[in-house]
Formats: sequence, C-alpha cells, structure tokens
Amino acid sequence: MNKENALVKLESAGVLKGDKWLIRDIDLSVCPGEIVTLIGPNGSGKSTTVKTALGLIRPNEGRASRKRGLTIGYVPQKLSIDETLPLTVARLMRLTHSHNAEAIHEALAAVNALDLMNRRVQALSGGEFQRVLLARAIAGKPDLLVLDEPAQGVDFANEAALYDLIVKYRDDTGSGILLISHDLHIVMAQTDKVLCLNGHVCCTGTPQNVISSPKYKELFGERAAQSLAIYQHQHDHKHLEDGRVLHADGTITDHCYEEDGHHHHHDSYEGGTHAG
Amino acid sequence: MLDDFFIRAVLAGVGIAICVGPLGCFVVWRRMSYFGDTMAHSSLLGVAFAFMFDVSLVVGVFGVALLVSLILMGLQKRKSLPTDALLGILSHSSLAIGLVLVAFMSWVRIDLSAYLFGDILAVDKIDIAYIYGGAAVILAVLKLIWRPLLAATVNEDLAQVEGMKPQQSKFIFMILMAAVVAIAIKIVGILLITALLIIPAATARRFSVSPERMAVLSSVFGIMAVTTGLFGSLEYDTPSGPSIVVGAVIFFIISLLIPQKGVTA
Repeated sequence: MNKENALVKLESAGVLKGDKWLIRDIDLSVCPGEIVTLIGPNGSGKSTTVKTALGLIRPNEGRASRKRGLTIGYVPQKLSIDETLPLTVARLMRLTHSHNAEAIHEALAAVNALDLMNRRVQALSGGEFQRVLLARAIAGKPDLLVLDEPAQGVDFANEAALYDLIVKYRDDTGSGILLISHDLHIVMAQTDKVLCLNGHVCCTGTPQNVISSPKYKELFGERAAQSLAIYQHQHDHKHLEDGRVLHADGTITDHCYEEDGHHHHHDSYEGGTHAG
Repeated sequence: MLDDFFIRAVLAGVGIAICVGPLGCFVVWRRMSYFGDTMAHSSLLGVAFAFMFDVSLVVGVFGVALLVSLILMGLQKRKSLPTDALLGILSHSSLAIGLVLVAFMSWVRIDLSAYLFGDILAVDKIDIAYIYGGAAVILAVLKLIWRPLLAATVNEDLAQVEGMKPQQSKFIFMILMAAVVAIAIKIVGILLITALLIIPAATARRFSVSPERMAVLSSVFGIMAVTTGLFGSLEYDTPSGPSIVVGAVIFFIISLLIPQKGVTA
C-alpha cells in the first residue's frame, strides 16, 4: 500500500566499494509528511545510504526508487564554494530554480537569515551558511527535503530552532524529510522514524523503539539511551511497538490518518510502516 | 574596410574575446586551466591532421580537441592516475605528436610560429565568419546550459539531485571549449589560448558581485586586451598572441591596484 506512496525507497540495497560493503541490506522509505532520521557512528554508511536513495550512487544489490516527478531539496554534507565564484546569498537561492523574490524572502525569513541576503556566501560563518543552505533547499517547497547533517557549525540555541523549523516545514507542506543527524537528543524529539545504521540497519522504528533496543545501547552506550528516554513524541497519534498507530481518540489503525499531526496537501497520503 | 588586414585582425580578436569571456569564467571557477592548456596544446595535432587530410583547420582542431577531452573523461573513469598527471600526458604527447607529424610532411610548408603564437596577417574574411558564427553559437549554447553548469560548479551532487543533469552540461561545456580553441588558434596561438581564457576572467573577478556580471566583464576585459595587444603588435612588430596576453596582464595588474568596491567581505 504505502509502497506505491513512498517518495523514496530502498529495498535490500547494498553498495560495494572494492570488496567491502559500505552498506548492505538497507530497507528505507520516506512517505509524505514523515520525518525519517538516520543515526549511527562515523563511517556507518549514513551518507552512502542517502546518496543511494537519491540516485547519486547506484546500488550493487537491491533496489533504489523514487516517485515519478519527485522534487527534492538537498543540503549536502560538504559544500565548499570556490573563492573565485562571486555569489551572494540572493543568487545562491536561485541556483537550481528561478524562485520569485517572495519565495526567497519567505525562505530566508524562515531561517532568520534575511539580513544575509546580499552577503557573499564565502564570507558567511559555518552556521550562517547552513541556515542559508536550508533556506535554499526549502524555497521551492520540494516534496522531499534531504538534509545531511544540517546543524553542523550551528550553535546549540540555533540548532534547536533549526530542527523546529524542519518540523514546521513538514507540518506546513506535508513534505517528507530524510535527515542525517548525530544530535540524538533533538533527533529523538522530532522524528517519526529512526534508522540506526552501522553498515546495516542495526535497529529501526519509532524513537522509543530504537532507544529501548539492546543493539542501540550497544552502539551508543547505556547512558545515551537513558538520557534520551525522557524525550517524548508530541503528536496526536503514537506509533505502537508493533507498527500500528494509536490515535488521540483511542482508535488503532495500521497507518496514520491523512490529517494526523500535521497538514497534508498530498491527496494520497499514508503514514510510514515501521520496519522494526 | 575588411580589406585592411589590421581591421580584420581587430574584428576577429574582439569576436574571440566576447566569446572566451564567459567560458573563461567557468575555467577559473571549475579550476580547469590545465584542462584548457591540454586542449589548446592538442590543437597542433589538429593542425597536422588538417593538412594531412586536407580538411579545414577549424574542423581539424575542433575534432582533435574534442577527442582529447573524451579520452581524458575515459581515463578519469579508470582512476588509474590522478587527473593532473593524465592532463600532462595528453597535453604534451599530443603537442609532440603534432610537431613530429608536421616535420614529416615535407610537402607542405607550415609556419609553426604562426600557430604557436598567432598571426594577425593570417586572418581572412572566412576566419571572421567562422569566429562570429562560432561565437554566436557558443554563447547561445552556453546560455542554455548556464544554470545547470553553474549549479554543477557549485556542487555536482546537489545539481543532480535537484534535476539539473550535471554530466550533460559538463559534456556540452567541453564541446564549447573545443570549439573556442578551434576558432581562437589563428589569433592567439596554441600556447596562449588559456591565458586569454583565464586572465580577463581573473581581472573581472575583482569587480563582480554575480557570476553573470563576471562573465560580461570578462568579455569587456578581453576586448580591451585584444585591442591593446593588436595595436602594440602592429606598432612594435611583435607576434599577435603574446602581445594580446601582455595586454591582458597589464589590465590585470592595474585591476590589482584599484581598491575593491561593491563587494561586501
């Protein structure tokens, strides 16, 4: 059912480099309105997974597919702009699409970066640059937002604001969001589905599921798990252990309702299934 | 008016300058100056082939420059050697093979220095037609691929994810480079084409707040370099290519002395 609905999907995907599997047997799907977060230690294949899902890397086994006509906004992990390229923030906003002035204004305002409009991108601080990159990615209101460590260089206060913004974007547009992050606290508070990677999917499910998983504790340590357990998911529905959904009115369904927790403009929405 | 060789040379030079300006910006932004050199050096092999098979010079040079860039792309995929080593091999081997072939062809008399350093006397009306026709096509195509090529210059992954087809625009850009080398060879000479690509762009960098403005300004500085150089060449009887490059360098140095404005640090 939701298989046809997924914006982007990996099925048993594996990527081989030389004779070593960078990732293997990865199942992943992002549906409209869903925030999916990849966590895992350095070198666990988070970026490789995202790039495979985006079609930048061809999987050596399994399948990667994207919905037809899918529009994507992307914030790559590393982006350095050559010093010789004269580029202001305003011009960067129109790099891949010619958004109108209003859309650009709105996107920059959303990340609180309107005052950076006429600055050279090379002169921005790390945190400012990340905010601008996020604004650039959301300016076209893409169906899917893919963010690879969007909070790098962003100080703590702004980091929480950045994640709030990502959630707000999802709520406003009903877009799907695929996120890589290592800030476990915020991830756990704001995510619908977590995939914990370590070359393979080590555990997956709702944040609560993942935290209580012994494999997760093994990977991140007991203390991380305990400190995260206090974070609760604030939606009008809960994802149950078995993957079904408990709604605020007490009903239990296999999937999310269309109007759950946030607004969707997609006419064919269904919540994600939980692989864990 | 076109009967005067000097006016023909200026017309030809201005046409080339207009067209290399925006291309030169991408060469600078993408750090491809050594690639430009390789293409230009390989054009001597194109000259040799043009004589050998009796085809037009422009066709010979364009064909070989394109072939060399395709070979480079193929070798890069194999990842056996770093790109700068591959470029060095392609650049110098094609130049050397070209020189050897020219030496073998005892039945044609080729004035090598005209090809290496440019020769304003050699510009005829057909060359001018090639230059302006070629420049018009090159600029029109560049305008078409401007956005995807610029996006790919900033970040290739991002360009591809957001639907820009970076591989395609990079390939078209290589064809444009081969074309510009082919039409510029008579005026600037094989050894100095890259200078005309890079120096006006580097000069324009200091006065530009947007990529588009830098492209236009590069053309303007190129035109200034070409006219200054050609007048100097006429006055002091120096080869046209080096004179144009000296002109470009002079404007570059002057630009360094002018304090930057309009650019927020």
